Amino acid sequence: MIPLTHFLIVSACLFAIGLYAVLSRRNAIMVLVGIELMINASILNLVAFGRYDKTLYGGQVFALFAIVLAAAAVAVALAIILNVYKFYKSVNPEDINHLKD
Amino acid sequence: MTITALVFYVFATVAVGSALLLVTLRNIARALFLFFVVLFSVAGLYVFALADFVAITQILVYVGGVLVLMLFAFMLSNKELLHDLQLGTSQLFALPVWQSVLLAASLLTVLIYAALQLGNQEPGWVLAARDEGTVLSPADSNVQQLGLQFMTRYVLPFEVVSVLLMMALIGAAHLSRKEATP
Repeated sequence: MIPLTHFLIVSACLFAIGLYAVLSRRNAIMVLVGIELMINASILNLVAFGRYDKTLYGGQVFALFAIVLAAAAVAVALAIILNVYKFYKSVNPEDINHLKD
Repeated sequence: MTITALVFYVFATVAVGSALLLVTLRNIARALFLFFVVLFSVAGLYVFALADFVAITQILVYVGGVLVLMLFAFMLSNKELLHDLQLGTSQLFALPVWQSVLLAASLLTVLIYAALQLGNQEPGWVLAARDEGTVLSPADSNVQQLGLQFMTRYVLPFEVVSVLLMMALIGAAHLSRKEATP
């Protein structure tokens, strides 16, 4: 049985890499990939702790909810990215500086 | 070291290594395909936490849905990539990258410190579960138990999340439809 700490360290590494992607990449799609990496790291934490919850299955249930919410977030975010690209002809977050034309 | 631990560390190394490679690659198409590898190996890690249904859902939802959506969005906004390639400027060690490496590394330090502290001194409910023997074992039927919990204890969050998913999909379809030409 793998100890809890090892799961936590792997998910800490994934979370830090996702944070780096969000902060440094110049492409909205890669920023979205960074957010997905962070969500995956937190789901890994949820299932690792959920192993100790046999009566309620709270960890696994909320891991499934988190996957569903991430899918919904990706659908909306990609629709927004495509609209922004149509308007600005760029997906660099630094070029996007108007709320309304 | 048992074979189980060996496979776990292989999956963990593949996940962390390809995630590192994916954030440093400049080619977005290759980075998205590396994201496949990361998602598959993280799904493998879920199996080691005895969450087989979550792992299957991860493969179905992420690899089947999210990643294909991302590839579509990348291909529909492809000119940015060509622009980057023509510009030829490598932003390695520019100040924002340096700052974000610093921030990510400090967060990693804090998280690993917290994980090691937690390993030394496990929380009470984990110890209680270990004492009472209510830790998941590989022989348990996870899917049946999850279905029972979804339909009894967690039925309200389940319904709320289904309504929210429908709202998000309608919103996405509305945002991405073509404007009616007058």
